[in-house]
Amino acid sequence: MTVMSYRQAINETLRAEMHRDDRVFLIGEEIGVFEGSYKITAGLLAEFGERRVRDTPISEEGFTGAAIGAAMLGLRPVVELMTINFSLLALDQIVNHAAKIHGMFGGQRSVPMVIRTPGGGGQQLGATHSQNVELYYAFVPGLKVVAPSNPADAKALLLAAIRDDDPVLFLENLALYNTKGDVPDDDVPAEIGRAAVTRAGSDITVIGYSRMASLGLAVAEELAAREGIDAEVLDLRSLRPLDRETIVRSVRKTHAAVVLEDDWLTYGIGAEIAATISDGAFDQLDAPVRRVAMAEVPLPYAKSLESAALPSAGDVETAIRQTLAAVGRLR
Amino acid sequence: MSAPPGLLGHYRQMLLIRRFEERAARAYTEAKIGGYCHLNLGEEATVVGLMSALDPSDYVFTNYREHGYAIARGIDPSRVMAELYGRSDGVSKGWGGSMHLFDAQARLLGGYGIVGGQLPLATGAALAIAYRGGPEIVMCHLGDGTTNIGAFHESLNLAALWKLPIVFAVVNNQLGMGTTVEMSSAEPELHKRAAAYRMYGERVDGNDVVAVQESAVRAVAMAREGRPVLLEAVSGRLRGHSVVDPAAYRTKEEVAELRAADPVLALGDQLRLSAEDLEQLEQSVAAEVGAAIAFADASAAPDVKTLFDYNYATPVPNDLNRLPGQPLFAVAGA
Repeated sequence: MTVMSYRQAINETLRAEMHRDDRVFLIGEEIGVFEGSYKITAGLLAEFGERRVRDTPISEEGFTGAAIGAAMLGLRPVVELMTINFSLLALDQIVNHAAKIHGMFGGQRSVPMVIRTPGGGGQQLGATHSQNVELYYAFVPGLKVVAPSNPADAKALLLAAIRDDDPVLFLENLALYNTKGDVPDDDVPAEIGRAAVTRAGSDITVIGYSRMASLGLAVAEELAAREGIDAEVLDLRSLRPLDRETIVRSVRKTHAAVVLEDDWLTYGIGAEIAATISDGAFDQLDAPVRRVAMAEVPLPYAKSLESAALPSAGDVETAIRQTLAAVGRLR
Repeated sequence: MSAPPGLLGHYRQMLLIRRFEERAARAYTEAKIGGYCHLNLGEEATVVGLMSALDPSDYVFTNYREHGYAIARGIDPSRVMAELYGRSDGVSKGWGGSMHLFDAQARLLGGYGIVGGQLPLATGAALAIAYRGGPEIVMCHLGDGTTNIGAFHESLNLAALWKLPIVFAVVNNQLGMGTTVEMSSAEPELHKRAAAYRMYGERVDGNDVVAVQESAVRAVAMAREGRPVLLEAVSGRLRGHSVVDPAAYRTKEEVAELRAADPVLALGDQLRLSAEDLEQLEQSVAAEVGAAIAFADASAAPDVKTLFDYNYATPVPNDLNRLPGQPLFAVAGA
């Protein structure tokens, strides 16, 4: 085990995979000379050269599509989209092409590529630079979407994504880049499509991914220490496929659930999880499934408004507390 | 004037595409073919001329008007027709249909239904060739209307910037659905757009198979040296945008002009074939098209059991393989 940041875990994993496999190359805006807008690719141009670390013009549709085409010929490109907001410029290539090529042509070619991109608000970047639109991709068959919440998962899921033969959207989060944690030294890929129980408990199930899985865990630990509330915390890790079995198994045990998401509530990922719980654990629920999600506004710049619009630890705690109170289980 | 060597072969291929497409149109009206069906009728000289310049190891990315390219690539017309019929023996196993022909063996890496979707992909394939260091090139077909989308600009810029082995071949049939090139392109001489990327651009008469072949051979040779090319073949389509389009936006004069410039008839005249030779060619082509129809008709519809076979190339747990009426979890008492 080595303690490192989420940023460092991604950087180290990219480096290791590039050493392991010459077919792996990086492509994106400002990833080489500038070393990445968020410095994820620091040092890699110097180490691997321009062939393996390809700076591109501002052409999200063009270079994302080029990565898909290169993957069709057997290379394993890792695309960096500076933020997930800019992925919208490449939507046609991701949704109409990366996601379709394997199935639409009867399985003749796959698209072994990774799209790395951070989401996340809270950086005072305003409405167009603070979105969490992973839902758009989690909606689409043919894509895989993973979202690590900690450095160890960042490594394990990135290893899995790079070695996978399908297009994988690897969701990072601006707020997590500097968080630290133990990272195993061995290269053991995670299994895409499996959630993790990050805290076992019996009172209520708290479900999140990316920043909200990390926040949910922190709040659960705090409530356990302070008040003896024993929450079970699930980190989805994979949004497509979604590990419905683990969600339902947990809720059938705890009989209550709070779903956390950093995106908008309406039609959001939380809605899919709530519907899944309804399908699989309706008769075991003691209270309605509660969702904590971002306010339905374009995220404002002003700190006061931005903070009010984003889910906080306080919001998570309130939701857990109110759900337990509603079923008379608040100690 | 004696015909250049290989010209008779080109003629047969053009005639095969002509008769194949006419038969496909009929099959469409018989409801044997579903969805959209875009034909290469009138574009045969362009199709055959462009494809004749390629080596078997080269890659082809094309658009949704691509039956002719698949045939010219040497793919069995029976497997092309079976795809139009949505059958399991189709080139894309019935998953793609008319707009999405694909044959990995023949290195025809799609048929794409979204206008211009193939441009970034083809650019990336050329990038992969450059990355690995191989002799292959990519030929990417596009229509005149495609030159106005953002992906056209982005792809040509990337190809020129990175010196990729690719030929962008614009098939200018002078109409994007019902919109003329003059209505949609501020620079209607489309090959001139190459200048914006310091790329070589050239325009050729798309009704002249020899001229198209010569231009394409030149373009392919440049591409092999890492000099991407924008090649524009001025062509025409004899019918509507798709089988169901009566092309009411065309005047009688325009239609007469198109008919007069029919590349298949023109080449037939140029070859001065005897009536007997012509008849023999027609018969052999008719037999091939007839066999394609029979093959497609006899081919089985894809088994519903295979519906989830291509979800992922790397299987993962929790993939959701459910039919529309099935519940997510077992229903009590059901």
